[in-house]
Parts: sequence; structure tokens; C-alpha cells
Amino acid sequence: MPAAGKKAEAQAGKKQVHLAAQLPGIHNVTVWSDSRSRSQIAIDSFIRLAQTVERGKFDFFFLAEGLRPREHKGQVYDLDVVGRPENLTVLSALAAVTTHLGLAATVNATFNEPYDVARRLATLDHLSGGRAAWNVVTSFDAFTGENFRRGGFLAESDRYTRAAEFLDVARTLWDSWRDGDVRADPKAGDFLLPGAGRFAHRGPHFDVSGRFSAPRGPQGHPVIIQAGESDQGREFAASDADVIFSKYNRLDEARDFYRDVKGRLAGHGRAEHELKILPTATAVIADTDEEAAAYADEITRAQVSPQTAIAHLEAVWGRDLSAYDPDGPLPDVEPEAESLVLEGHSVFRKGRGETARRWRKLAEERGLSIRELIIEVGGGQTFVGSPRTVADAIDHFVQSDGADGFVFVPHLTPGGLDDLVDRVVPLLQEKGVFRQEYTGTTLRDHLGLNAPARDTRPVPGERPVRSEKEAS
Amino acid sequence: MTGTPLHLAVALDGAGWHPAAWRAEGARPGELLTAAYWADLVTEAERGLLDFVTLEDPLGLQSAAFHRPDERTDQVRGSLDAVLLAAHLAPLTTHIGLVPTTNVTHTEPFHLAIGIATLDHASKGRAGWRPQISARAADAALFGRRTTPQLTEEDVRDPELIAARLRPLFAEAADVVEVARRLWDSWEDDAEIRDAATGRFIDRDKLHHIDFEGTYFSVKGPSITPRPPQGRPVVTSLAHASTPYEFAAGGSDLVYVTPHDHAGAEAILAQVGEAVERIGRNEREWPLKKFADLLVFLDDEPGAAARRKSRLDELNGGELASDAEIFTGTPGDLADLLLSWRTAGLDGFRLRPGTLPHDLAAITRGLVPELQRRGVFRTAYDATTLRGHLGLRRPDSRYAHRHDRPSAVPSA
Repeated sequence: MPAAGKKAEAQAGKKQVHLAAQLPGIHNVTVWSDSRSRSQIAIDSFIRLAQTVERGKFDFFFLAEGLRPREHKGQVYDLDVVGRPENLTVLSALAAVTTHLGLAATVNATFNEPYDVARRLATLDHLSGGRAAWNVVTSFDAFTGENFRRGGFLAESDRYTRAAEFLDVARTLWDSWRDGDVRADPKAGDFLLPGAGRFAHRGPHFDVSGRFSAPRGPQGHPVIIQAGESDQGREFAASDADVIFSKYNRLDEARDFYRDVKGRLAGHGRAEHELKILPTATAVIADTDEEAAAYADEITRAQVSPQTAIAHLEAVWGRDLSAYDPDGPLPDVEPEAESLVLEGHSVFRKGRGETARRWRKLAEERGLSIRELIIEVGGGQTFVGSPRTVADAIDHFVQSDGADGFVFVPHLTPGGLDDLVDRVVPLLQEKGVFRQEYTGTTLRDHLGLNAPARDTRPVPGERPVRSEKEAS
Repeated sequence: MTGTPLHLAVALDGAGWHPAAWRAEGARPGELLTAAYWADLVTEAERGLLDFVTLEDPLGLQSAAFHRPDERTDQVRGSLDAVLLAAHLAPLTTHIGLVPTTNVTHTEPFHLAIGIATLDHASKGRAGWRPQISARAADAALFGRRTTPQLTEEDVRDPELIAARLRPLFAEAADVVEVARRLWDSWEDDAEIRDAATGRFIDRDKLHHIDFEGTYFSVKGPSITPRPPQGRPVVTSLAHASTPYEFAAGGSDLVYVTPHDHAGAEAILAQVGEAVERIGRNEREWPLKKFADLLVFLDDEPGAAARRKSRLDELNGGELASDAEIFTGTPGDLADLLLSWRTAGLDGFRLRPGTLPHDLAAITRGLVPELQRRGVFRTAYDATTLRGHLGLRRPDSRYAHRHDRPSAVPSA
């Protein structure tokens, strides 16, 4: 059998890997003290990373969000990268210097309004020729709310109901123009069909009506991304999302999550391929496995400085621990479960008493110092090794249903994914589990997603019904 | 160049400012929402060395009526978010200023401020902003958050009446601009320190809560976006009456006005001057640039532009109406008019092309060379930022030096 035939056969039976990249935000992933680390705000950094991963045929480029700088003990948290741009604005600029790469923005559904968000996402979809995606997040957070007209109005229990209704309204708006509504026929003098864009929605959170000003974008609806581990979050993703971000990048946990979430799809009338599950991951690559392991240790230690170790402990303990030695044992004082030391960060908010107990037990059993403990529980690096080792591990993870792919977060901005793109991607291509070239132009094409189902409910204040002939 | 240089901007909107422009020869009506269309326009404007382009943003669906929606199907409808469009154009250009319009009545001041700051980062210092209030009651229903006054036919006949009815919205808009300016200042320029010795990425003493408490909303701050390259992007506003003149005097770096002749320009600039005085703004510290808006149809052959406009009027079923003076003629005639009007005290002009791309190309390839021949317009860009083109200095953060001089808080 000729080599090409063999390859095609191998490819036919193997799941294809999806790859995304994230410019690192506020978490302590970025080793900003590295001399190769450049600005996280300069447009050149975004362009460099986006063009690198587009060269690597990645599915999309992703940006996280935080609408107020985090505060630690009442002051702005200063140990990690602080400062980021407005996501959709940066991605619109990147749309001009990329041609295929999907562009995914986190946009909060709590401190925004559906009309504005739907219009901005439709704009990005138009400007990028169909490459827009929206990571729908919510906030319960009065701390962040202090920056907005609405303030911290939302009860935590309303987070998902508002988000679900928000998404419903956005979809209503995207469907308010149909594909042929813009005629632009200068001879006949018809620019649009009558009533295009008309919508009305009334619900517990939103009562909106009028005409939407953005005609339908190339993808119809941008790709919808969701992240969430809770039962409610998983259900929301299974019913409404095209992609779910997961934090489970250890194979055993990941497979449980994968099975659970994929298993929920049928209940919403959806097929398994309609929701892609992508954990966040890091990759440390060197010529040999040994060199990579040493480099990974170095990176992890740089990510958890002595000051960072104490700060993380304070965030869980809910009290000032600055008098403790990061290289010494855990403090002998008990956590203050009610007190919140770190504002604007969900990770350190819930179940802190339980976390503290677990950490103390682990530290005692293993004889870990404060800094060693934080390094241990921080999870370290996901994939470590030679290009071959990393490619095999990524492939194995996906083929054994731990994920459909990964969102890679580099520890260096903007050059941190160079090795992944230049040394690992070719091996994945060789294995027949990753595209050689983009086969489509839209993000939905890359992800193998169908065109969105159109909302067919009647619109109050109706618009003229089009004949079949017009619609064809 | 002899004497004070003339500043020139162009206002881009859809297929041009004539409602039938999309039916003109050379129009690209099927491409108004594509990136390629806008890229062609803005690179043409940059080829003409213009100071900046403005990008309109109606937020709601466009309408032929100022104050209410319509059901017309024979005019351009549908638009893109102007901040995102401007950002898209940033990497495709290197010098020209990019000035999007945003609605400030139904949007979040925090989001607007970081969007414009990000545009400034993405364009390396070429961002401006035109905050606009929403005068249509129907726009409020799109958001369902509040109501705004329904203007009447009588209101819209008189700019002073409109402004009076919308005065609370202008007051709120002034707060939005103030919040944006404070958020841009909320990071001092040297806040990022990357001090490996102490493990600190930033000096948190150089990030400031803005603690804005207004009648309509409050914003805590600081911004999430570091201070933009220009310090503060250039704030511009369009004004036709005393309330908007005060709005411009209170928060703008540049005001567009709509005189219809030289005497009108003098009268308007006097009113703007009075508004500046009432507000107590010190123009030596914080200059306010004055541009006149003109809607233009340009052709080399005498009479051709007027004939072109008439044909479009006919297609549209009525004569073109505009808040701005409508000019038809040759580039040479327009150069004469601009040089004559500017002696009233104008710094420059914002030209609204009647049709696109025709009248834009006539500006860049006809008017600009004519002005260059007369020695009143640049022959090359000599700056890379919008403030640089306009001769405006880069302001310090109002919060800088507070550490040692707590009382010194310049308000400009």
C-alpha cells in the first residue's frame, strides 16, 4: 500500500486533535521575569502569538477577561501580570493580520447587555470572515460590579439563569436578519427586505424589542464557548455551547468529565461531535525528556516565587501570613473561613476550609514547605518532554477520550508556543491526527460544527413572510 | 509649509452621506459590512495624509428621521460596531488617526473606556473617540434598561429645543467622558516595574481607584487596561447648540461645528468660546480644537458635482438635507472656501463625502494636492500619533506625583 493510502487509513480511524492558544492573563502562568518575556499589552505581542499559532493551523486564539484588577488584602495584587486590553477590540485588530485563525473573546454576561454584545460579536464575525467565538462567563461579584452601572446586583443563584436568557436573546438578535435580507440592488432601489432585524423578547431578566442593526454574520452565530465544572455549568454547556473549556488536564479526571458532559448531550437532542471539550494545558519541550523535566522544574519554581507562595496561602487561609517563612512549615494558625483576602478571583473563594485541611494533611504527610506545597498543588506542567514524547501524550490523551484537544497557555509572551508549533505540530500531522492545512475558512469549519439551527419562533410585531421563491 | 497648517479629517459612513449614495456609480453596496471595503477607504484616506477618519455608529438601525425609526427599504441599513471597525483598521495603517463614534447613553462607561484605550494600544497612539448620546426613545427599548425622552416633530426642527429636551442625557454623557478620562489616567505611565528582586510585576501605588460617584452611575476603577500610548486618546464631539457646546468645552479635545458661511462660523466659535468660559476651561493649558463639518460632492469639471448630487436627490425622492453645509464644486473651489472660512478661527475641517469612494478619492487626489500647492497642508506625516498630527501635547496622568504632592491634581 502506498504511504499516502496508509496514512489516510490511519487517519480515518483516529480522532482529530483540536488546538487553541491563550495569551496568558492574570494567573501566575507567565514567567514575566524571564528576559524573553515581552509586553502583554503591546499589539505586537498579540500579533506575534496569533500568527505563530495560525502558522501551526490552530483552531483558535483565545483571550480571558477580568473586569477589575484583583485585590489582595485591600490592595491591587502585584505579583502576577496585571493589565489587559478589551478583548473584542484586540481580536478585531488581529482579524486584519490573520486569515483562518478563530478569534475567541471572553465576554461577561452579567455586566453587559445582550444588544451590545450580540452586535459586537456579529461585527467581529463580519470583519474576520466568520471566525468569531464567544466564551460566555458570568459573575456574581459585587467587587467587579463596582465598575458598572448595574453594580453588584446579581444574586449568585441568578448567574446561570441570566446567562442562559442572555444567550437566548443574543441568538434571537442574530436570527433577526436572514441570509438574503440585504439586497443592495441599486437598480431596483431595494437595499433590504422589509422588517429585517425585527425582534422582541420578554423574560425575567430582559425585556427588549426593536430592530437589530447588524445583519447576519458569515457564521450565522459565533461559536459559543462555556467553562464550568459545576452541575449547572455542565448542563448549560451541554444544552447551549459548541466548546467547553475544562480544567481537567490529568487523564483520569479528564475522562470522567468527558464522559459526564458528552453523556448529557443526548438529553438536549445533540450529537457528541457537537460539543468539543478542551482542557487548559501547558507544554514544556526540550531536545530530550531529561532536559524538558529540568526546564519544567525551573519554570514551575519561577511561577511560584516565595511571595506568590505566601499570597496563595493567604488567599486560602483568609488572613495575613506575611510573617511566615515560605521555606518553612505551614502556619500553626487556623484559616478564617469567612474572610476574603483575594478579591476578583473565583478560585480562592469557595471551599477554602476544606482546601486548607487538605493542604495541611498533604504538607504533613510529605514534609513540604509552604512553597513546595503551593508548587505541588499548583499542578505543574501538563505535557513535559521531547517533541516526540509530547506529541504522543497529546495524541494518547485525545484518543482515549480525555479531551477533543487543548487550549495551550504559554509561560512566555509572545514566543512561548514556538516549540509546540514548530516541533510538536508536525509530529501530530505525521500521525494523521491534526490538519496539514485549513480545510475551511470559518471557525465552525475548523471545529467541524454544523451551521446553527435557526430560531423559527414567530416574532411579535411580525415581519412580512417571505415566499419560498424569495427564500431560495 | 507657510503659516499655520490646515487640519483635515474625513467622516466615513456607509456608502457616503447622501442617502442614495449606495446607488451611485462605483458604490459597493453589497460590501458595506466587509473588512476589505473599509480597508480600501481608510488606506485611501491615509494616502491623502489626512489627520484622521471618523467612523459613525448609529447603534440602532439607521433611520431617515432624526428622532424615530422608519420602515424604509431604499436606504442603507445595518452597521458595524465602530470601535471594533477602527481596531480592525489599525494594523492596516500606520499614521492616520482612527476616531470611532460610540453611544454613551445605553452602554457601560467602563467598557467604553477600555475599548478606546485598547484601540490606542492597537494603533500605537492613533485613537480618538466621539461619544454620542442617544436621541431616539426607540433605542432604549433595544436595551430595556431605561427610557429616554421621545422627541417631537417640533423638537427636531430646532437644535436648541432638542438640546434642552436632552439636557439630562448630556449631563450623563459628560460623566461618561469624565470617567473614561479618569480611567485612562488610573494607571500611571510607569506603573509596570517587573521588579524580580521583590517579585512585583507592578507598583500598586501607581494604580488608582477613580472613585467616581455621579448622579447616574458610579465607577470604582482602576482600569484593567494600562495607560494608552497617547495618555488620553483624543475626545471629539459634534455640537449644534449651547448645551453640546458646553459638553464639548467640558470634556472634548476637538469639537465639530456646522456653520453655513464665514459669518456663521464666527458666530458659532464665539458661542463655543462663551461655553469654554462658563465651564472655566483654560485653553492655554488644554486647547480645544475647532473643526467645521462640510458635506461635499467634488468633481474636476465645473457643474459635474452638482449634477451628480441632483441625480442622487432624484433617486432618493427629495433634496438632500443635512445639519452641515452641503458643498458641490471642484477641489479648487473647495480649497478657496476652506481657506476663507478658517480665518474665522477654525483649526480644520471634517469633510463628509457625499458618495464613497468617489468623493473620498476626490479629497485625497484633488483637494489635498491643491492645498499642498497653496502651502497649507502637510506633504508627509511628521508624527505617528493623532495628538502629534493635531499638535496636542501628551497629558500627564492626573494621579502622577500625588505621592509627594498630594494637592497637585491637574484637572485637564
